[in-house]
Amino acid sequence: MIGFIAKRFINYAILSAIATLSAYVLASIILNPAARYLGRNPRPSDDTINAILDGLGVNPNTPVIERLWAWIVRLVTQGSLGDTIHNTSVISEMTARAGTSLRLLILGTILAALVGVALGVWGAVRQYKFSDQAISFASFTILATPAFVIGILLMISATMFNNLLGIQLINFTGEYTAGLDGGWWVLFWDRAAHLLLPTIALALMGAAGYSRYQRSAMLDVLSADYIRTARSKGRTRGSALVRHGVRVALIPMSTYFAYSFATILAGAAVTELVFSWHGMGEMLVQAISQSDINAFTGAILFNAVLILIAGTLSDVVYAALDPRVRV
Amino acid sequence: MSLIDETTAVDPAAPTTEVVHSGKPVSRFSLVMSRLRRTPRFWVGAVGLGLVVLWAIFGLVPNAWNYTDLDIYNMGSSPSALHWFGTSDIGEDIYAQTIVGLRKSLIIGLLVGPLAAIIAGIVGAVAGYLGGWWDRAIVWVIDLLLVLPSLFLFILLSPIFKQLSWVALIFLLAAFGWMIMARVIRAQTRSLRERDFIKAARFMGVDTWTIIRRHVLPNVSSLLIIDATLGVGGAILSETTLSFFGFGIQAPDVSLGTLLAAGQTAAATRPWLFIFPAAILVITVLCASLIGDALRDAVDPTSGANRD
Repeated sequence: MIGFIAKRFINYAILSAIATLSAYVLASIILNPAARYLGRNPRPSDDTINAILDGLGVNPNTPVIERLWAWIVRLVTQGSLGDTIHNTSVISEMTARAGTSLRLLILGTILAALVGVALGVWGAVRQYKFSDQAISFASFTILATPAFVIGILLMISATMFNNLLGIQLINFTGEYTAGLDGGWWVLFWDRAAHLLLPTIALALMGAAGYSRYQRSAMLDVLSADYIRTARSKGRTRGSALVRHGVRVALIPMSTYFAYSFATILAGAAVTELVFSWHGMGEMLVQAISQSDINAFTGAILFNAVLILIAGTLSDVVYAALDPRVRV
Repeated sequence: MSLIDETTAVDPAAPTTEVVHSGKPVSRFSLVMSRLRRTPRFWVGAVGLGLVVLWAIFGLVPNAWNYTDLDIYNMGSSPSALHWFGTSDIGEDIYAQTIVGLRKSLIIGLLVGPLAAIIAGIVGAVAGYLGGWWDRAIVWVIDLLLVLPSLFLFILLSPIFKQLSWVALIFLLAAFGWMIMARVIRAQTRSLRERDFIKAARFMGVDTWTIIRRHVLPNVSSLLIIDATLGVGGAILSETTLSFFGFGIQAPDVSLGTLLAAGQTAAATRPWLFIFPAAILVITVLCASLIGDALRDAVDPTSGANRD
């Protein structure tokens, strides 16, 4: 089992590394960091621009391969991802933002997985009953709604809810209330309140996809012989379904989780932007619009590491659930 | 539109080959059609999408306003008999704008879905049929694109595509929308390639490209048609998301995404600016994915992951 997971981990690690490097090359080819300085008035001299760009390691006159090599060497020897065009280090920018994104991502993904699996199993067990039809229809509708529409609709309903109550119960702009004064508990409560709507948005999108997949995986299992065997052994229906049914139906889900994680990352970036959170999604989009190659690569590296972790985790779950892998 | 005709034209080829080989009394095509006819989900999707398309084509006829007209006497008015969906704060008719935006989003979706399916078919069939280093290289590219979220690549490439017209966006969306299906097609082709009729063709000296075109692609065409249908909804979602953040359709052109971006700030106070385009968008994508889902069940009612 250790061998299997180690093999998969190395596979994901190579994939993430190559993804990051290709992102660097692509960004170097497409983005033009010099344009930012050419538009200034008075226009800096070519020597100045070249010196600035050389300092950042993004001068378009240097061949891409050379820049890529310098970037790798700096990462390996100094553990640095270079500087942003605002002359702050990319690492410090990332540490300031990563917590924001991770809070949303971890909570949203866990909620989505739990709710999705539960709804999928429920729908499969109650196939074609009203609750199954309702769950199916709801997940189809959510899957047909873009992430930003879900976010804005949640904001509209929160505003209506607040107006109805007459007090500001649900806060949703930004990550915390600026200038809020108070103890640790007040600040924690404020952040938790701001986290509510984005987490719901992300969890809804994830749960809709997972529940569809879990439902069909579960339907496959329900008609299997070993469920009948478990029942005839004297297990109750619920126990047979959980111990033998859900456990087996989770195996294809773990693979699906690894593949769908990139979609979750994109959804989280959109959600962050809609709720104006200063997270990694915003950093990525800003890096592109400001032609900041180093910051963009840093953001892509963050995503690649998350996909590496999610992929390895889903393989661990796979190995834990499927005894054939452990042999 | 010609692209769609091409993919559907492939369809009758699949059942005829099936019939010759299996000798079944009922052709596969009519079997699939009869299953489809019994699926309520298919009817909901087909009627809904048909109505949306008809509305997009003829919806402007009864309306008094064009999408560029500014009604300076009714700026920011709520839905009324004069302006059915209300007006924006500079007096644009939201009903007309929604229809024009819907047209663009529909065209993009209806072209990108089949286009991505064609790429998926060719790439998947080539990888699965040739095997060896070709296969490894292609699977590697597919895995890479699955790890890099395509939304981020679209945003990265947007500086190039912003300068071109919106038609370039179609090719961009298609170029990154084929990966998952290509994996499925590849797996299917790998098993097809060991079948006798393909072996026979190979031993007769038929060249590789002809085998792929004549024997492999017709046999995976049902998968491709499903993918093309499901791809329509996905493409519309990608396009609106990109346009919403200003990376897709650019200013003089209108799509549902740009319309939603304009209505976003006023969403809470003047909801008609946001709710009507959003509702049309959700209905369109929902109908397209219902058709795709029903098709998938009809083509393969026993398949594990797809069963319903």
